[in-house]
Amino acid sequence: MLSRTAENLFWVARYMERAETMARLLEVGARIALTPSTGHGYRSEWESLLQASGTADGFSEKYGDPVQRNIESYLFFDRDNPSSVVSCIERARENARIVRTAITGQVWDTLNTAFQEIRQIERQPRSEWEITELCEWVARQSALLRGAMDGTMLRNDGFFFMNLGYALERADNTARLIDVKYFVLLPSVEMVGSGLDNYQWQVLLRALQSYRAFHWAYGGELTASKIMHFLILNPASPRSLISATRKAMHHLDNLESFYEVEPGTGLPQMRAKAIMTELNQTQVAEIIDEGLHEFLTRFIGEVGQLTALVQQTYLSGDAR
Amino acid sequence: MILTVNHVTTYDYDAPMGAAVQSLRMFPSRFEGQRVIEWDVSVEGGLRGGSFRDGAGDRIEGWSIRPPVDEVAITVKGQVETFDTSGVLRGHRELVHPMAYLRETVATWIDDSLAALAEEAVAGATEDLNRAHRLSAAISEAIAYKPGATHSHTTAAEALAQGEGVCQDHAHALVAVARCVDLPARYVSGYLFATDDGTPHEAAHAWGEIWVAGIGWIGFDPANKCCPDERYIRLGSGLDAREAAPIRGITQGSGEERLHVTVALDQVQQ
Amino acid sequence: MTEYFNEMFDGGQVRQPYSGLDGWMREMPSELRAMKQAEAEALFRRIGITFAVYGEGGDPDRLIPFDMFPRVFTQPEWRKLERGIKQRARALNAFLLDVYGRGEIVRAGRIPARLVYQNDAYERAVSGFIPPRGIYSHIVGVDLVRTGPDQFYVLEDNCRTPSGVSYMLENREIMMRMFPQLFRENRIEPVDGYSDALRRTLASVAPAKCDGEPTVAILTPGHFNSAYYEHSFLADLMGVELVEGPDLFCEGGFCWMRTTEGPKKLDVIYRRIDDAFLDPLCFRPDSMLGIPGLMDVYRSGGVSICSAPGAGVADDKAIYTFVPEMVRFYLGEEPLLENVPTWQCAKKDDCKYVLENLSELVVKEVHGSGGYGMLVGPKSTKEQIENFRHKIEDNPENYIAQPTLALSTTPTFVEEGVAPRHVDLRPYCLVGEKVELVPGGLTRVALTEGSLVVNSSQGGGVKDTWVLAE
Repeated sequence: MLSRTAENLFWVARYMERAETMARLLEVGARIALTPSTGHGYRSEWESLLQASGTADGFSEKYGDPVQRNIESYLFFDRDNPSSVVSCIERARENARIVRTAITGQVWDTLNTAFQEIRQIERQPRSEWEITELCEWVARQSALLRGAMDGTMLRNDGFFFMNLGYALERADNTARLIDVKYFVLLPSVEMVGSGLDNYQWQVLLRALQSYRAFHWAYGGELTASKIMHFLILNPASPRSLISATRKAMHHLDNLESFYEVEPGTGLPQMRAKAIMTELNQTQVAEIIDEGLHEFLTRFIGEVGQLTALVQQTYLSGDAR
Repeated sequence: MILTVNHVTTYDYDAPMGAAVQSLRMFPSRFEGQRVIEWDVSVEGGLRGGSFRDGAGDRIEGWSIRPPVDEVAITVKGQVETFDTSGVLRGHRELVHPMAYLRETVATWIDDSLAALAEEAVAGATEDLNRAHRLSAAISEAIAYKPGATHSHTTAAEALAQGEGVCQDHAHALVAVARCVDLPARYVSGYLFATDDGTPHEAAHAWGEIWVAGIGWIGFDPANKCCPDERYIRLGSGLDAREAAPIRGITQGSGEERLHVTVALDQVQQ
Repeated sequence: MTEYFNEMFDGGQVRQPYSGLDGWMREMPSELRAMKQAEAEALFRRIGITFAVYGEGGDPDRLIPFDMFPRVFTQPEWRKLERGIKQRARALNAFLLDVYGRGEIVRAGRIPARLVYQNDAYERAVSGFIPPRGIYSHIVGVDLVRTGPDQFYVLEDNCRTPSGVSYMLENREIMMRMFPQLFRENRIEPVDGYSDALRRTLASVAPAKCDGEPTVAILTPGHFNSAYYEHSFLADLMGVELVEGPDLFCEGGFCWMRTTEGPKKLDVIYRRIDDAFLDPLCFRPDSMLGIPGLMDVYRSGGVSICSAPGAGVADDKAIYTFVPEMVRFYLGEEPLLENVPTWQCAKKDDCKYVLENLSELVVKEVHGSGGYGMLVGPKSTKEQIENFRHKIEDNPENYIAQPTLALSTTPTFVEEGVAPRHVDLRPYCLVGEKVELVPGGLTRVALTEGSLVVNSSQGGGVKDTWVLAE
């Protein structure tokens, strides 16, 4: 397959996952804004959200003070914001259009329909939409796309590259979401373990649509360390870092066998395997020891390097 | 005359670059005025691509260098026996119709001054050969040889307005005025062996050729007020300097490029 | 008042080719028609067959209007056209091979040297190079108009990269999906062999250096190009890669594709970009679309380019006048298809005639396309005509003129029901090991009442084109 085709497919998945993350982030914000304990004396959660999404500078340039309405517009609708939901969906669809023939009709339909619908949504007055409704719509599009891929695509390199895109983006995004919670949302270190702390964890779980899953898996009281385990180290959790890494590894293996390369010899595999091995051997206590933020920063860096290796090996077209 | 050529062109970059691709037109033309004894073109660390002779009779060879590229060094070495054909390109095999050399290019655009100069030069002359000689003489007159006065993008009209230039400007101006009076003309690149008589010269040289019906292509070197003789080695031709350039190349990347050229022509004593 | 030939109705009588459509048309309730029309549009949008007009901005996802009323040819009508088109395609290729070689037709005085060698489309860079099988133009689109039962004229030839063939194929697909009974009741020659024929044609001109099954790819300027859909559609049908300039590089005398498994040698490029953008080393140095070194690889026989660079000199409007002469000169045959009589404003007498008769003529720019820069005398206001007169007087060499042809009409669905609208036809002739023509083509229809301009950029639509089997 052309390297560029692989790259386009890879990015279709990444943009859709990113759109979903952005929507989930908005949902977190909307929920937190509804709790009475916010406000006074604390940094605005909304500003924290902007920082978490990496769009704070762009926002303040355009709007100045963080006002909920503007933030919603900026994160959801604004084309000036390259990470907004609309931007991500448009780019996902454009990447798919470029490689229209490498995906199935169903996959194309899903993306094209999402694109047409979001244009409809944009045309309607903003007041007609609740932000949570919009966020659910995004999550639904993302689920539809995954379903269409699973149900209709040939299990060839194109499918593997899309899934690889999903896995790497998800690993990165989940890590960032957890990091937001700890590093950005909580006003001060003293509040760890406080009611607000636990409440925010709950919100995060809800936003990841993992609240019930968590209870099924662990039962009992919510504690920070249980949730960390769930979101980072539990292979049963679909959004955990370990699941995303495993998925990436799985599809790298698939690529090797598809290209009939000797198993486990590619640079990306070796890197993925190293990340996986480390996660397997890590305990929550160790993460707390190291510092959650430090741990996540390291993880995000490693995923970044893995992505760069994938780029070099398959997507740049320079490998021989 | 037997001439030896040693010509090294080096492009170096201040940052590692992507792939480099070169199209070289650095092989002596085949005609009665020159016979190649030996000739070798190579690009350091490069991969030789396809080579062929085009419709104008020029041999072209492609080269590429894989990334990362820090330097592109092109070396030409050879020995050629030359003969004086009074500038006439006799025995040169080519297919392109002379009329295809009446087109203007950016570098040879005809402005009012060039047109006036052309008209004045050929006034009263009816024979094409005579007209060609007059045009060449008029350009020699109008543009004084002065290195550094112009640059590689100077057009014929600009050089004329300035009244000075180098061989590239002379050749551009000559082909422009020739086309202006409906004489097919082209730009030629090659080498010139400097004798000790003090004529201004550049070893890597350029001149013009004008099509004279009944005779064929004839070279004129307004920079040296003569027609090419056994001191000249002809490489290739085109509508202007860009088209006739011995080296056309692209190196991907944004690094700053520096060019370094050494050309040595020597006469083998017989 | 000009009489226009109606392809379906001769007075009150239905002409034989259309007899299978009369009942269908009469029995279709208007609600069903509206429903089907909406269905067709939804299908087109769904598959993404959209069209952006160059330089017009606006909605890049605009659809070309599709008219469901088919245009019909009988087998004898088609056979005659087919012979004429193939003859023309052969002559045009012979001309190209000749003018990039010894130029016999010029030496013989049959075409003025100036028109060929001073033509902007004449590419000195390929003179002396003989492409595989001596073919320059592998897909020749011949634009035809009809003025009577047996009278066809060639409006122009397209030797570079004629577009629109995806509409020919998709229009048929959609008609078959929406009106299967029509295809049961009428025996219609299929057009879906086109993609296989195209692939065969391209593979048959692989360079000599290619051993084994040639690798073919389509080179597109990219997804912002208005014809991108067509490029990706054809690549998909042929099962070949759709590449952009940066996907390719030249090394060791060959052209390579960058793939996830490393470089893969490419043998035949079906390019949908202009000559000027092929190779910055040979043509425009500022081109970002091209592949540096491609022309060197091409000319040393490492890769084939279809159509061959330089093919444009054969479809220039000034050369057009001489195509019948080419048929006689190279093939020793009489041309089966007629040219439209053409006045060259570059010639003094012609120009005088044109200026005196502007209100009755169609005037075109020599290098124009897409229906722009054109005057349709009988449909223009006095002011428009006067404006054009100045343009011609300023630069006569830039214009040619032709009589306003009484373009035939076919029934077309319009708001009020069915009404005659003017049409033309573009069949696509493939030239490789064999010269082939699928039975059909792209019928373009001027949807505005009375309009003679069928270009999609000027409010034209498209129709399915039928050739009836015997």
